[in-house]
Amino acid sequence: MGGIDLAHLAEGVEGLRSVPALLHRNATEFGNAPAYREKEYGIWQSWTWAETEKEIEALALGLLNLGVNEGDYVAIIGRNRPTLYWSMVAAQSVGAIPVPLYQDAVAEEMEYVLGHCGARFAIVADQEQADKVIEVQDDLHQFEHLIYVDPRGMRKYEHSHLHEYSHVQDQGRAARDEYLPELKRRRDKLTYDDTCVMLYTSGTTGKPKGVVLSNRNIIEAAKSSSEFDHLRRSDSVLAYLPMAWVGDFIFSIGQAYWCGFCVNCPEAPQTMYENLHEIGPTYFFAPPRYFEERITAITIRMEDAGRVKKWLYDTFMAHARKVGPRILDGKPVGFMDRLKYALGQVLVYGPVRNRAGMTKVRVAYTAGEAIGPEIFDFWRSLGINLKQLYGQTEASVFITVQPDGEVRSDTVGVPAPGVEIRIAENGEVFYRSPGAFVEYYKNPESTRDTKDAEGWVATGDAGFIEEDTGHLRIIDRAKDVGQMADGSLFAPKYVENKLKFFPNILEAVVFGAGKDRCTAFINIDLTAVGNWAERNNIAYASYQELAGHPQVLETVQKHVEEVNESVAQDDMLSGCQVHRFLILHKELDADDGELTRTRKVRRKIIGEKFEDLVTALYDGSESVYTETEVTYEDGRKGKIKATLEIRDAKVWPVKPKAMAAE
Amino acid sequence: MPGYFHQEEAGGSRVKDTEGYVTADGRQIGGVLMEMKNITLKFGGVTAISDISFDVHEGEIRAIIGPNGAGKSSMLNIISGFYTPTIGEVWYKGAKRPQMKPYEVARMGVARTFQNIALFEGMTVLDNVMTGRLTHMNASIASQALWWGRARNEEMENREIVEKVIDFLEIQAIRKTPVGRLPYGLKKRVELARALAAEPSILLLDEPMAGMNVEEKEDMSRFILDVNDEFGTTICLIEHDMGVVMDLSDRVVVMDYGKKIGDGTPDEVRNNQDVIDAYLGVPH
Repeated sequence: MGGIDLAHLAEGVEGLRSVPALLHRNATEFGNAPAYREKEYGIWQSWTWAETEKEIEALALGLLNLGVNEGDYVAIIGRNRPTLYWSMVAAQSVGAIPVPLYQDAVAEEMEYVLGHCGARFAIVADQEQADKVIEVQDDLHQFEHLIYVDPRGMRKYEHSHLHEYSHVQDQGRAARDEYLPELKRRRDKLTYDDTCVMLYTSGTTGKPKGVVLSNRNIIEAAKSSSEFDHLRRSDSVLAYLPMAWVGDFIFSIGQAYWCGFCVNCPEAPQTMYENLHEIGPTYFFAPPRYFEERITAITIRMEDAGRVKKWLYDTFMAHARKVGPRILDGKPVGFMDRLKYALGQVLVYGPVRNRAGMTKVRVAYTAGEAIGPEIFDFWRSLGINLKQLYGQTEASVFITVQPDGEVRSDTVGVPAPGVEIRIAENGEVFYRSPGAFVEYYKNPESTRDTKDAEGWVATGDAGFIEEDTGHLRIIDRAKDVGQMADGSLFAPKYVENKLKFFPNILEAVVFGAGKDRCTAFINIDLTAVGNWAERNNIAYASYQELAGHPQVLETVQKHVEEVNESVAQDDMLSGCQVHRFLILHKELDADDGELTRTRKVRRKIIGEKFEDLVTALYDGSESVYTETEVTYEDGRKGKIKATLEIRDAKVWPVKPKAMAAE
Repeated sequence: MPGYFHQEEAGGSRVKDTEGYVTADGRQIGGVLMEMKNITLKFGGVTAISDISFDVHEGEIRAIIGPNGAGKSSMLNIISGFYTPTIGEVWYKGAKRPQMKPYEVARMGVARTFQNIALFEGMTVLDNVMTGRLTHMNASIASQALWWGRARNEEMENREIVEKVIDFLEIQAIRKTPVGRLPYGLKKRVELARALAAEPSILLLDEPMAGMNVEEKEDMSRFILDVNDEFGTTICLIEHDMGVVMDLSDRVVVMDYGKKIGDGTPDEVRNNQDVIDAYLGVPH
């Protein structure tokens, strides 16, 4: 049964207005199909839809037993595990609202979110998460009960408000007769406009905001996107991205429950590559960084391979780059080229895809950041249908997507089904869709600023629609797009992305708003540069030492100059060439507040924190001494001291045409 | 006491007579599990250990500390049956232990790790940990060669226990990695896994933190505490890192030049003048 058939079925049947209702349909219609798998004790354990419904029911009854009320907020914290996905649906079943949190958040970050939503209950994975909640719970007045999944290390805790997950389920099962009528009553009451989930945006500026998404938002978004890509019950995904992120909610709950496909959870975060290889999902999502890291890993291994293998790899990959994407798009390709591609399929492409766990992938998406054209083409040339989409939490993910056959690295696609797009005069992108969020929780002001009375939502991104193709192109965050001292356009992310396309450069932060020229901070990629250092017998003891190595500076300078050359070609943005740069002495880190939890650069915070470095970039000095406070994983703080060299990069003359345009 | 990974193996208390005590943080410690009575160990004319007595209670973490050459490792080797004391007796689970081979001692529920890692470098982590189950396997060579009958069932049962150990020590990601390719800190953890796979009553750790960085030490400390806490395993460890010893252990024996110079809780030992002298050095 394909997605279309299911959709038809759904239209005809009343009551498919919530995730618990979809669960019930799946358990009734194809109860024996696998719903969840998780690797535990070295073996993939699996649960069918019927078993899943039983597990969720037991937990929901247990929650009733603990006194969860309709409209309560239930925080859910931990890595992707079936038990935590069930917790979300169980919370929904009793009329409560699940609020998944980023598991790597520190206690204070959790305190804000738990306090803001007024969670009375939290369901956490293990002792580590439990400790964080316990640490902050004294300041949370509404907070009552904590439920933990893994009992390890929890035995000695005071248990008056602490419950083990399986015990909650046991109590639910024991009290089934007593609570079942109430559970049914609450489950049947759920409407299309009730809140499905509340997700906190990581926020590149300010405090996180709680995005309220209704059942309508989630189910409509899941439905139209599943139809767009012909997702079906036999598909499978690997759930490894943070549960607090909207994408995971849409893929692992929205689309999974709508289509009835199987969600696979890795054994541990470190085993993700191996588990991906074992499962071989048919539908896959990863941020650009992931695709980049995999290529770096493959390239490094090929550097170490024997000469014959290396030659085979180089030869066939060159051929794939030439014809692979065209074959994938169904465009005409000569017979000899096809023959050679088929041979490469056997010798190179197949094995590489297999190692990467992408053998069965029908649809793969990347989003969140711009992806380098070489990276994008690498995967597409292997015959993997990697596409881009553009979305955000407020849209229940989908704003634009690339249809099969219209895939390019520099656009983010056409409006997703049901989405309308409008570009404001200042270039900001607005959209209106069934997936557009209800409101920011307890923040009517921000809601008003973002969503107008007619339902148009501001994305905060500046972009334009290409005349001939209708594809959307994103330039930068609207508020980051500024002007330089001479009035020319300043779009830092445009330049940063170009820099980041070099494997040696992990992160870049470009400054220049209101100044006469642009400068940049660079973070090197320790994997790529470290491998280069090893190959060239360059000893280093730390990131800091490698980052300060003259040859590394030399290499990065070449990259910066190459970027300058390409930026100079662009009429609008030629003023954004990087005149001076330095390599930062530490990696930008979310724990230090420099990146968001989804690893986006927090420009303003970085600018303030490293003010001395920015000053040095502009005052012409050749080196600068600095001290920086860092936070270790366990929350302790320390200081890094360094003297950084500042380099001048060659810039290309701005084209006269651009001058004339001013 | 909670069961180990395997219900029938959960030894229960076979400890007799003497009573336990309650630790500072409120844990109930059982009776005497092992007692060393007047142990003296000589190698020719050299006396490595002279007339030392101490006991290990069930469920406690007992540390043996002392400067280099104090005789700590020799003491551990006596407990594990590698050395036989020249004079003195080892009492285990309420009975005097006769002279035994190390593998016989291992069968009685004593497992250990080594100061200088002793793993099979060419074998995977999984296979190394499986060797910890050897004392629990009885299938004949023929049966094992044919992978039939008893050998097959035995391996499946034991694999399950090994997988639980792997899960417990969070080494799933390196399950199939040859040990030779692992960094030092992980090798130490694999050694602990192998010892734990034997489901010991008493676990001997010879310098579990040696050569580790701070983060690895923290991880290892947590695992040692978790093992003790989750399975009630009695742990006897030698360690040089005083911070670790004082934090982890319930009671400490201090040795110097083969003699016992202190015995008690970490606080008592810390304030013992002989111990301070031994560590800081006084003119002899």
